[in-house]
Amino acid sequence: MNASDRNIPDRLRSPFERRLRSWESLLLLVAVAIFVANSLASPYFLDAWNLSDATFNFTEKAMIAFAMALLIISGEIDLSVAAIIALASTAMGAAVQFGVPTPGLVLVGLAVGLACGAFNGLLVTRVGLPSIVVTIGTLSLFRGISYIVLGDQAYRGYPPEFAFFGQGYVWWVISFELMMFALLALAFGILLHGTNFGRAVYAIGNNATGALFSGIRVARVKFILFLLTGLMSGVAAICLTSRLGSTRPSIAFAWELEIVTMVVLGGVSILGGSGSIPGVVIAAVVMGLVTFGLGLLNVPGIVMSIVIGALLISVIALPRLWTGRGQS
Amino acid sequence: MRRIVASREMLLLVAIALLLGLVSTRFPGFVEPANLVAVFNDTSPLILLAIGQMVVILTKCIDLSVAANLALSGMVAAMTNLAVPDAPIVAILLVATGFGTILGMINGVLVWKLDIPPIVVTLGTMTIFRGTIFLLTEGKWVNSHEMTHAFKAFPRTELLGLPVLAWAAVAVVVLFSVIMTRTTLGRAFYAVGGNPNAAAYVGIDVGRTKFWAFTISGGIAGLTGYLWVSRFAVAYVDIAGGFELDVVAACVIGGVSIMGGIGSVPGALLGALFLGVIKNALPVVNISPFWQLAISGGAIIIAVALNAQANRERGRIILKRAEHAA
Repeated sequence: MNASDRNIPDRLRSPFERRLRSWESLLLLVAVAIFVANSLASPYFLDAWNLSDATFNFTEKAMIAFAMALLIISGEIDLSVAAIIALASTAMGAAVQFGVPTPGLVLVGLAVGLACGAFNGLLVTRVGLPSIVVTIGTLSLFRGISYIVLGDQAYRGYPPEFAFFGQGYVWWVISFELMMFALLALAFGILLHGTNFGRAVYAIGNNATGALFSGIRVARVKFILFLLTGLMSGVAAICLTSRLGSTRPSIAFAWELEIVTMVVLGGVSILGGSGSIPGVVIAAVVMGLVTFGLGLLNVPGIVMSIVIGALLISVIALPRLWTGRGQS
Repeated sequence: MRRIVASREMLLLVAIALLLGLVSTRFPGFVEPANLVAVFNDTSPLILLAIGQMVVILTKCIDLSVAANLALSGMVAAMTNLAVPDAPIVAILLVATGFGTILGMINGVLVWKLDIPPIVVTLGTMTIFRGTIFLLTEGKWVNSHEMTHAFKAFPRTELLGLPVLAWAAVAVVVLFSVIMTRTTLGRAFYAVGGNPNAAAYVGIDVGRTKFWAFTISGGIAGLTGYLWVSRFAVAYVDIAGGFELDVVAACVIGGVSIMGGIGSVPGALLGALFLGVIKNALPVVNISPFWQLAISGGAIIIAVALNAQANRERGRIILKRAEHAA
């Protein structure tokens, strides 16, 4: 956070020029390039059903990424999201053993997500602990509880109707998950860019003390963001559990890193204060396309992770090299 | 005197002693010297990495790539052994440590020269390092029978009752106790994390200091990579998967502040030992090892809560002094 970032320029660039030079358009360019490269590289890429399948690579992670984007913009982070998925999924699996029907399972998943988010939120906003440490702790705690309950076992036997959330299609190639992705993108976009709450999130991320003195209830906003992130983890847990049809304690292992990557790739500053939902949406699609395209070319998953890692560093490094920033 | 009694290190020492005492009431064999040596030896990799991580966290950074660095450097050591079976152990040690150092320098340069947030840099290099192992090996393992005897024997060789692996941990702890308290570089790590602006004004290059922190963390990870691979006599893509979080946990439990500037070598050592004792005690007292994750999670949360309490008190004292001055 250099002082120069905060300086106000003499003259703003024209809106069109700003949009052209924005992070989102750079990302969109990358997305289009990957799309074209993929369709040239593999004859199987441009197929409606194939592309529809490809969306499962990112929809569940993106749902959490939207909430995480708000959280990171406000200057906090939640590394326990994947562990919340594991715990929520375990709770749903346990509920199945008691014969709970599908609507009940959904409630259980959402409730566990909310409860975990509330726990994180209380520790951060009431006890005043740094969120990165709290959530590294709860990451172990939540997934640890899953391990205690399940050990090396797995829950199966979800009711057939439950399969809809992860395997069902709403219309033609539009899966339920893809629809949720689009709706949640819209909802979070409006929340962040069109409401007082969204402005408060930016204000807190830029200057929490200043926000507090302007009458924003900083602790409450942050608590709500942790709740939202927990809730979205619950939603993702429902979709993922439904798609896999079983629960193991290692479910969604290390997803938190991919989700944070997605958010940062989407142009959200890890230091807080800036970022946008459209950016995260494009980043999710980019990551999905890269994974899927390389998969079609028989590139193993671990090599894809190199590409994602390199993408993460280079998209942040390149603009800084370009403008000669850094070396502060 | 009160400061020593109430210090984080003392608290941890008491906690570890209580833990050992509790286990020994039912299983006296656990606290026999031979077993304690085994526990220390088993915890040595965690101790080594925790010391490196502590240096990084002191400077307000974080290194999430240590476990991946360990795996890649370990694999390079194993492949060196395959390619040149006659190479002396000293050469292997140099290769692994040197390789890890270079990986650490890559992190350091990205943080120093490009000013990219450390969590982003190391998140990226973490996946890149792991992926590189796959590219090097195409997913194949280097198995025990492919390694030379000398390669595997080194970390187990006993000197004065301790295996070399444990001695490595002891050496690094002693070395860094001196560096952190008796050298300008060591004090610079504290200064950079405690107050970067003040550090810059007294002539410390903040970026360069961070670079050295990452270099140290990388070098230690490289050394530990060889020791790990030779001790378990196997090298593959996923060794030490997720270990970076254990390492950060050890630091946090040991009282290293994630906000930078606060922490000590004994603290990191005890934090690692605390986790190590728990890990080794669970199977003895017949608790499923599946409990370990949740217990260390709980320990982290309690530890940071205690840290926060301690820091708050310190804040109050400063305020009182200011009032008196006025």
